Amino acid sequence: MIEIRDIHKSFNKNKVLKGINFNIIRGESAVIIGRSGTGKSVLLKCILGLINADEGNVILNGEELYNKKMNYISQKKTKIGMLFQGSALFDSLKIWQNVSFYDSRKGIKKKTCYKKAIENLNKVGLDEKVANLFPSELSGGMQKRVALARAISIEPEVLFFDEPTTGLDPISADVINRLILEKVKDIGATAITITHDMASARVIADKIYMIHEGRIIWSGSIGEMEESSNKYVNQFINGKSLGPLTFDKN
Amino acid sequence: MNILSNIGKVITVFLEETGKFSFFLMRTLRALIGRWYFKNIFQQILFIGYYSLPVVALTSFFTGGALALQIYYGGNQFNSESIVSSIVALGITRELGPVLGGIVVAGRVSAAIAAEIGTMRVTEQIDALKSLSTDPYEYLVLPRIISGIITLPLLIFFADIIGIMGGWFIATQSLDFNGDVYLQNTESFLEISDITSGLIKASFFGLIITLMGCYNGFYSNGGAQGVGNATTNAVVSSSILILASNYIMTTLFFAT
Repeated sequence: MIEIRDIHKSFNKNKVLKGINFNIIRGESAVIIGRSGTGKSVLLKCILGLINADEGNVILNGEELYNKKMNYISQKKTKIGMLFQGSALFDSLKIWQNVSFYDSRKGIKKKTCYKKAIENLNKVGLDEKVANLFPSELSGGMQKRVALARAISIEPEVLFFDEPTTGLDPISADVINRLILEKVKDIGATAITITHDMASARVIADKIYMIHEGRIIWSGSIGEMEESSNKYVNQFINGKSLGPLTFDKN
Repeated sequence: MNILSNIGKVITVFLEETGKFSFFLMRTLRALIGRWYFKNIFQQILFIGYYSLPVVALTSFFTGGALALQIYYGGNQFNSESIVSSIVALGITRELGPVLGGIVVAGRVSAAIAAEIGTMRVTEQIDALKSLSTDPYEYLVLPRIISGIITLPLLIFFADIIGIMGGWFIATQSLDFNGDVYLQNTESFLEISDITSGLIKASFFGLIITLMGCYNGFYSNGGAQGVGNATTNAVVSSSILILASNYIMTTLFFAT
């Protein structure tokens, strides 16, 4: 369903992605792991078209997302939802307006938008009380839930999660992980998550991809990951400072 | 070698900035044929126009008063009733109303726009808009620019009236002028073209103020410091452009 073909991306002389290739099948939850600064977020933004890749292509449901001049084409066939690292809620809008942003743009009546927003808030464990608050009045964990409600409100076929548990305490993080798992299964979406939180990866992943120095260096299931003899994977999942993944002194 | 390298860097930055601005302008123009968010336009008209009115009115009132005093003390005091009223009216409508009003609004509005859009940029809210199939140029940039172009002339029209009344107030209260004569002189001396030239200038200043606010906010990066820089750049660039374009427009309108 999603084919990532030889994606390259550089910023000036810094080559961040050096040819990323992988396929994700429909309904699968893929998690991309790797150290900070290895290009995980850049890859996600290239797939979403938030930044343009230099080479390669992304094929979504058979539709090429880059043209020959490497310009991103807004695809129409597939609905995509995104949960951003910092939630990225619109701080000038109330919670229910954030959740129903997509619907309100389509000209759906205010009353219907409000009702649907409450339904989506309920799906992520929030009640109507928060609907008329502004994002700044909520905790980080609640903001993440609202962002998740906004992402699922468009009934997406593909969901992207960028560091969904960053900045949350372990309990809130687990709540978010379970919600992601539950909602992805509920709506039957394909999910791509980038994270370096292994607890999160273990909960939500069907398949893990490890990125290092701009390339996918390993992929496999959770079980395969735990028993992997790959020294990069081993060092990363056990959080050891000694090993081939060295501390970047620059 | 060092000098050449520095010159090269300056040229590169200049070309990069020019390219970035051209792209921004092109995308904004393309948004004209996209979706129009009338609610956002209305909100921005309120923000730029209605909420700027007190500060612009105060600036204009005191400028009109100070101008009346300067002309009276510095000019011919024997025929001062007609001279003070006519120069205050001309000065306010042609130059001081639009320029000072523009600079005051630049300080308030351009900074606020750059800070708001800049914060949206660094907190990924602009990316979130795109992910929800919303063009940020249509949703954020165009409503602000259209509001600026529409609102500034209205704001400056009020500023003109208040500025003239500031001159009238000082002339009648401090200089013992006859209020009716002052107003009659103003009316007989002032031509429609004096007012419209100022309003055309104001409209262009509205474009500059909102464009600079949006542009600097849109390309801000680096967190709080980046947003701070964007805000400063928006105010400085819009103030300089207002003064420079005012000179050019004055030449075009009155030098021929």
